[in-house]
Parts: sequence; structure tokens; C-alpha cells
Amino acid sequence: MLRLILLSTAALAVLAVAILLGVAIGETRLSPTVVYQVLANQLAGAQYPVDPIDQGIVWNYRLARALVAASCGAGLAISGVILQSLLRNALAEPYLLGISAGASTGAVLVSVAGLGAGAISMTTGAFFGAVCAFALVALLAHAAGSGGLRNSAQIVLAGIAGSQLFNALTSLIITKSGSAEQARGIMFWLLGNLSGVRWGDTLLTAGVAVAGIAVCAWHARALDAFTFGSESAAALGVPVRRVQLVLLLVAALITAVMVSIVGAIGFVGLVIPHAARFMVGVRHRRLIPASALMGAVFLIAADVISRTLIPGQVLPIGVITALVGAPVFAGILLKGRGGRA
Amino acid sequence: MTAALHVRNVGWATRGAHIVQGVSLDVQPGEMLGLIGPNGSGKSTVLRLLSGILAPTTGEVLLAGQSLRALPRRALARQLAFVSQMADTQDAIDVWDAVELGRTPWLSALQPLSAEDGRIVRAALAAVGLEHKQRSAWSTLSGGERQRVHIARALAQQPGVLLLDEPTNHLDIHQQLSLMQLVRGLPITKVVALHDLNQALACDRLAVMRTGQLVAHGTPQQILTPALLQDVFKVQVSELVDPQDGALVLRFKPL
Repeated sequence: MLRLILLSTAALAVLAVAILLGVAIGETRLSPTVVYQVLANQLAGAQYPVDPIDQGIVWNYRLARALVAASCGAGLAISGVILQSLLRNALAEPYLLGISAGASTGAVLVSVAGLGAGAISMTTGAFFGAVCAFALVALLAHAAGSGGLRNSAQIVLAGIAGSQLFNALTSLIITKSGSAEQARGIMFWLLGNLSGVRWGDTLLTAGVAVAGIAVCAWHARALDAFTFGSESAAALGVPVRRVQLVLLLVAALITAVMVSIVGAIGFVGLVIPHAARFMVGVRHRRLIPASALMGAVFLIAADVISRTLIPGQVLPIGVITALVGAPVFAGILLKGRGGRA
Repeated sequence: MTAALHVRNVGWATRGAHIVQGVSLDVQPGEMLGLIGPNGSGKSTVLRLLSGILAPTTGEVLLAGQSLRALPRRALARQLAFVSQMADTQDAIDVWDAVELGRTPWLSALQPLSAEDGRIVRAALAAVGLEHKQRSAWSTLSGGERQRVHIARALAQQPGVLLLDEPTNHLDIHQQLSLMQLVRGLPITKVVALHDLNQALACDRLAVMRTGQLVAHGTPQQILTPALLQDVFKVQVSELVDPQDGALVLRFKPL
């Protein structure tokens, strides 16, 4: 118990440091003192004299952004853990499986094409898009045979077909229905971007990330039981269908919420679970919290890099995650050569 | 005495094809029942029906007098364990963790493993002779060791009944013999699908499957007769006696 408290405290400390660095580093470099003073003013009602511009940058811009980045990173990493464990495939990830692309399509159907005439939210649209895309990719992989979603080649090919289809639909909807300004937003839905993030978004993303981690942690033992496949999980007394349904919907929901707020950020769900397994092993009671923490820190770092790599320009964050993720993807593919990756 | 497993007129069909039909069978507590039959005769399907992983389309399976339909999955997994054919994983899991999975049906979602659970896992590892390998990675194990880990995981479930699907498949001859010896010595009820009819000789009783139906059951002496083997397996058989220990050996020739 003591160990658990110590570890949780250490994890929260690491997360806090990452968020503070995410807030301090940027085009306008702010000293830790200024960051501290702004936070003290806002959170504890202190009265430090701070430049209102610095105050705005720290509180309204960078802090909200770092919090959303942390939530998205944790949420996407957890989705990756769920998909890899349940599908028994090392390459399963929301972006590669086309789930993110489906969420993008669902989101633009609501926000740009006006589906539902304002009665349904963009997140709801994204959720249905995500579930449709996953169902389509799963059916396609299954129909292609030889192991369906458990087979690397099948999952990658079905994922490509799904992503391409939904990305094309997204571009089509935006170009057809959207204004010129919205058309520029195509990049947002394909690659992700944290620039538009405001305080209102932090509550939703953080809430979904925390709830997702909690549901996942509750199922840690059941996820372990899938180590030797779903039949062996059933033989160990796990209600396989129910666990699969609940957790796959959780993964789709997390992806949908994150995509509707920051666009489709790829590879987080692939890179982070693998790195976490390397560090803490394959048992889910350690893998889930480790993945969540590493995902959060990773996306904050990716965001900082996207803002500072080219002076005066902000890169879509998906560019950074793909630059890291694509080589990792290749590595996993090569490692699994001759067998199931 | 209530049968450990009572199989009543069980059948299973998928997509209109009857894979298993009208199987009725009793497995007595503590006995080792061998399930034999040519490839595709329905041995694996029968084991899955006994394990509750598949629900029969007709008939029912009773475990110690209780219908499997009425038993929740967890309760079932505490009484019956199933080792399928060569279940594999790419996860970097070690032997101890793999065997510890056998405690799953005994623990609630967030309950940590107790010292008692640790003792049970150790005992299961000892029963299969792998105490010295408990921190070895799964990927470094031989086929025979992997099968022993699966059996240890099943034993960690502390079941009264153990179902094994062709446990000696893909093992070399030394591993086959020592694994069968291990299985025979386990003090619980065992139902084992077997390929090798000489191994089947060591079972207490045998049940013979052909095209989804149970065609005969009885002691190995009653079952492994030239007439039945010719009929079911399409082979001629000579019964030889090992001059060393007087054990019966079957030699097969094509018809």
C-alpha cells in the first residue's frame, strides 16, 4: 500500500514537472518564476505583479494546451494498450486501424456538413464515426481470413483501406460543404493540432482520460488473462465477450473525444505501450498506469517540439508523433518477421 | 457416486454443419479418460463443449451434477481447467507470471495476490518440475516446457477436472513420455484428447470419436482391438508385448 502511494506520488510529480516544462518552454521563453507566479495568482489567489501578456500566455494558452496534451497522450496510449491486448496484435493502434480517421469523418459530418442539425455534438459524431470505422476494418480483416485482426499483414492492410477511405471522406465533406477557412482545417483532422485548445476542452479530455484509465485499470486482471488468447481467457473465467465489448467501446470513445478536440494524432497508441512494456513489463496492473503517464509526458514533449522546432511556425503535432512513431512501427514489423508481429 | 462430468446427448452445429452429434458419456472422479479418433473427428470440439467455452446446441454437460449452463464462468473456472493446443503468446511474460494467471478466477478485479496465492503458484510449478525456471522468459522455453507451464497454470486454478487437448503434439519423444507421465500422476480427473494410440493405452478408459459421434468407450483393452482400429482408424494393428516389462505395444500397418 505504501509502495502504491509512493509510486502514485512520484507519477503525479513527473506529470506536474512535464506540464510545468510544457508551460515554460515555447517561442516566448518564460522563467519558472513567472510560471510559478501566474499559477500562484490563479490557483491560490496570490498577488504577484505579472505582465498580463505573460499571464495570458501561461494561463489561457499554454497551460490549457499542456493539460489537453497530457490527457490526449494518456488516453491514446491506453487505447493502444486495450487494442493490442484484446486483438493480440502488436501493431493495433487507433490511428493505424483507421479509428481516428473514422472519428474525424464523424466529427466533420456534424461540425461542417451539419449532420443532426445541431442536435448531436461533434464528440457524439466522432464516436459513431470511430465505431463504424473499427467495425469496417474488423470486418475487412476478418473477411480477408488467416487470423483476421490477429494477423499483422491483415490488420495493416485493412487499417490502410479504412484510414484512406475515411480520410478521403473527411476531405470531401470539408471541401464540399466548408468555407475556405474550414478547408484549411483539413490538415487539422488528418494530422492533429493543439492550437485551438481552450480551457473548456481540458475538462472533457481530462475527464475522459481519467475515466478511461480507471475502467482499464479495473480490467487489468482480465486483460492479463488474454495473454494466451481469448479462449484461454475464457478458460480462466473471464467473461470474454463482455470485456471485449466494454473495453473496445472505451477505446473508441477515448479516441473519438480526443480526435474531436485535437484531430487525429497518430502513433501515440503504438509507441507508448511498447516503450512502457519495455520498462515495466507486460502485466497490466503496471502497464496501464505506466502507459498513461508516459503517453501524457510524450504528448506534452511532442507539443513543445512542434511549437519550437521551426521558429515562428507551429507544426501539426501529428507530424512530430509520426516522425517518432513510424520508425518504431518499422522496428516492430521487423522484430515480428516470420511470425505474428 | 456423481460423475465428475456427465455428458448427456450433446451436439454442436455451426453454419448448418453438425460437428458433434449425440455424445453421451460419464467421466468418473479421479479417472483419466482418453479421447481418441482420427483428425477432424470432433475431439477438440468435445473438449471445448466440456470446458464450457462452446455451448452445446443440443443436450447438456453436468459438472459434478451441475449444468454448465447454470454455472457462471468464474465458478466454472474454479472447478475445471482447460489447456488448449499449444496456446502461444508474443508477450515477454515469464514463467511465474504465466502460471499466476491461473489464480484469475479466484481473485476479484483489484484484489492483490496473497501469500496463499503465491504458495499455490509455487506448488503448481513444483508439480510440473519447473521451480528452477520461474523467472525464465516464455520465448526461451522449449515446446515441452511451454506445455508444462500451461498445465501448471491450469493446476493453479485448483480444478477438480483438467481437460487437455493433444498435450504431446509437436513435442519430441522424451518430452512426450515425461509429459504423459506427469499428467497420469496428477491426482484429479483428467480428460485428454490424444493422437498417439500407444499413449492412449495408459488411460483408465478411452472414448472413440468418428465423424462427430462417439462410437465406443471402455477400457483400453476393450477399445484398442484390431477390429475397431481397422474400422475407425483404417489401420491394421498387431499387439506386441515388450519383453522388458511385459507392456502392450501396438504396431500399425496400412490396410
